[in-house]
Formats: sequence, C-alpha cells, structure tokens
Amino acid sequence: MNSIPPIAPPVLSDAMFALTLALLLVAPLAIAGVALINAGLGRSRSAAQSLLGNLAIVATTAIVFALAGASFAGTLPGGRGFVIHAGGAAWGWLHFGPALLHGLSSAAPQAQLALLFEFLSVALAALIPWGSGADRWRLAAGCASAAVLAGIVVPLAANWIWAGGWLAQLGVNFHLGSGFLDAGGAATVHTLGGLSALAVVWIAGPRRGKFPREGLSTAMPGHNAVYVLFGCLLALVGWLAWNAAGAVLWLHAPLSALPVTAINTLLAASGALAGTFSVTRFRFGKPDASLCANGWLAGLVASCACAALVTPVESLFIGGVAGIFTPLLVEVLELALSIDDPTGAITVHGAAGLWGLLAAGLFAPQPGQLLAQLAGIAALLGVILPMVYLFFALLNLVVPFRVDPDGERIGMDLHELGGGAYPEFVIHRDDSYR
Amino acid sequence: MKYAGLLVMPAGFFLTLAALVLFPDPGRRALFVVCGLAVEALGLAVAVRGHMPARGASRS
Repeated sequence: MNSIPPIAPPVLSDAMFALTLALLLVAPLAIAGVALINAGLGRSRSAAQSLLGNLAIVATTAIVFALAGASFAGTLPGGRGFVIHAGGAAWGWLHFGPALLHGLSSAAPQAQLALLFEFLSVALAALIPWGSGADRWRLAAGCASAAVLAGIVVPLAANWIWAGGWLAQLGVNFHLGSGFLDAGGAATVHTLGGLSALAVVWIAGPRRGKFPREGLSTAMPGHNAVYVLFGCLLALVGWLAWNAAGAVLWLHAPLSALPVTAINTLLAASGALAGTFSVTRFRFGKPDASLCANGWLAGLVASCACAALVTPVESLFIGGVAGIFTPLLVEVLELALSIDDPTGAITVHGAAGLWGLLAAGLFAPQPGQLLAQLAGIAALLGVILPMVYLFFALLNLVVPFRVDPDGERIGMDLHELGGGAYPEFVIHRDDSYR
Repeated sequence: MKYAGLLVMPAGFFLTLAALVLFPDPGRRALFVVCGLAVEALGLAVAVRGHMPARGASRS
C-alpha cells in the first residue's frame, strides 16, 4: 500500500467552473432519454415498472456511490492506494479514499465537478442493463445490481481511467500516447453498461416465448415508438452537455474546443442515423423506427470517447460506421446467438462504446494512442465483464433476477406494482403463451 | 462451457499486461496486445456459445 499523490488538475477559472457546472446540470437529460427509451422498447404491461425502476436505480446508485463508491473512485483528495511496481512503472489498481464523501466541501472546485460527473456516470451505467432485462427482471434485483455497479465496478473503472489509475498512466509509464482516453464515458459508462447488460441477459435468460422450438425468434416490438424517439432527442441534449463537460474535466479542453466537441457529437449521431436508416431501408424496404433510434444512440455513444479529439469529418465517419453495424449486430445477437436484448443495449452501448474507444486511438495523432486504447478495451473485456458476471451470478442466488412465470405472464406492472401504466387499455392475450 | 469462456477472458487480459511490461519494442508489444485481445475474443465466443438457450426452452 502506497500513498497516492494527490491529483492536481489545472485550476478552472470562475467562468469555466460555472460553464461546466451548467453543462453537468443539463447532462441528466441523457439519463432521462435512456429511461424513456428503456420504457418505450419494453411491453406496455411492464411500462410503469420500467420507469419506476429507472428512478429507483438512479436513487440507488446515488446513495451507494455517496456511501462507498466515491471512496474507491479516488476523485476526492486523500486516502491510500494499492500500487504495484512492475516494468519500471507504478500501477495504481485500487484506491481507498475517505468514506461518506468526507472532505467534499473543502475539495478543489474541479474535484467537486468531477465527482458530480461521476455521480451521473454511475447512474447512467446502471440504467443500461435495466433496459436489457425488461419484462422479466425484478425491481429489487435491478436495484441490487445497480448497487454493485455503483459501489464497486464503476468506481474501479473510474479510478483506472479518470483518477490517475494504471490506464490513465499508460502515456507516462509506457509512452502510449496520452494514456487511455475516455472523456465522455464510452468505457466507464457505456461499454461497462453494455457488458453488464450482457451479463444480465445471460443470467436472467430470454423472455418466455422469445425463442420458440421451431422457426425464427418471436418479434416482441417495443410498445411506444414515440417514447423511444423522443428519448433520442432528449438524449442528444444531454449528450452534448455530457461530452463537453467530460472534455473540460478529463482532457482539460479550453473553452474554444467545446463548440467543436458539440458539433462532433451531433455529427456522430447524424451519421449513425443515416447509416441505420439506409441499412434498414435496404434490408426491409422501409426504415425501422426502433432500429433507427438504436442507431442514433449508438452514434452518440461512439462519440463519447472521441468527440473532443477528432475532426468533424472523422466524427461523421465514426458515427456512420456505428450506424451501419448497429442494426446488423442487433440482428445477429437475436437470430444467430439467441440473445434477448429488448433495448439493444449490448450493441448500442457495449459495441458502439468499444468502437468509439478504438476510433479515438485510430484517429489520434499521438504515437501509441491506439495501443493505449486497446489496453483499455482488453481491461473492459478481460476484467470488467467476468467481474460483473461473477457479482451478478452471486447476487442472483440472494436476490433472484427473474420474475416467476406468472409474473411474466401478467406483466411486471401488475405483478410488482399492483397496477398498470395504462389502466384504460384492454389487456391483450399474448399468443406466445398458448 | 460458459464459465470456461469467462475464465479465458482474464487470461487474455494478463497477456496484454505482460506485453506492456515485458516488451519495450513497440512492434512486438502491439503484436502481443492484439494476441491478448484475440484470446479475449475467443473466450467471449465460448461464453456466448455456452449461454445460448436451447430452442423452445422456457426459463422460470
């Protein structure tokens, strides 16, 4: 155990502090957008449970991160770290900072903003798997898994990437560009959330009737395309603020770099929508609204790692690639691999996040940056996914993830809340239960 | 099989780490990092294959 030297970010001017704070107050619109998308892509009989789950998960993550997670993230000054010396370099693996946000009020303004950014990041990361478990994942289990993510997994990744951990130090220790770069949370939030979604889907299993004995998988379309598409618009507003705030906090970008960051974010989403629109138009004869929403979100996710680093044309290309592979990968996961992911989070957040991280290395001018990004991707796949799976599998023994068959049949709203989101609606019988 | 795949993935990660520590030469280091990622991809493929539900099976 060695002392971790205090992180000394450049001092923010008053104007930059105010601007970054304002951006962080707008950024939760990204969370609102993802929550609406989660609800809209689920079934009508689980809509209230889905939206209440979104709220409960945000609340759970805030409480757990304040009580424990922030201590491991290492954003606030003080505490001790677990450092291994190998290859002539110090590798910061763990951090044990002051608990219960002790020292927050006396911390530097930039550290306080960074902590607020992490609060939002933890909430969004925990919301991502909630959509993938729609229509069968119990509320209590969703909150418990959010607590695990907020208390251990996301803070660990945040420490490695944002708080001077071993991934952030790859540039200093091994001359790999500027170290692992992830200003907008493509790794800490989205890839981590997407991989958590994969673990949830594996543990909870598919919805009943999704993969019948014969024929193709059963289509279970989302119940409200308006929620989904409006959620995409809300998400855009939040993402513009999120990426700009991340650029200030983690890349120490000047004020003049923020408009380009915002433009790149918009262009990535636009390129992605164009890509998905074209692919679905070509494959199905008409553009698919749900997949186009997925494509739009995938473009935003891909922009997280690189919006502050690339040119507008490169951003358009990065978004376009994300938009092209999103509908194809969604189809492969469902039809070829029998993965039942109602919101497409594994593709939209997991795969697009990985692509954004890779693109940040491909288009970065510094030598070695691509290798740093690959090392970060290796950590996400080789450490975070098995760790999340292990935690969730153990949690599943204590708090079963999956609702009982009767609950799944009548819907999560009636089963878990005692009332539906749309009480005037006629409840239709589902043919898949015949 | 699903657990075997998840165990292979950290092995790929340690290969990547070893490449960073052991090889100062950028070319060799890059090669081993890519090899580590390939091992992780293999583990992921095995894990995905192991988790594929049997057709018609309904979980409860």
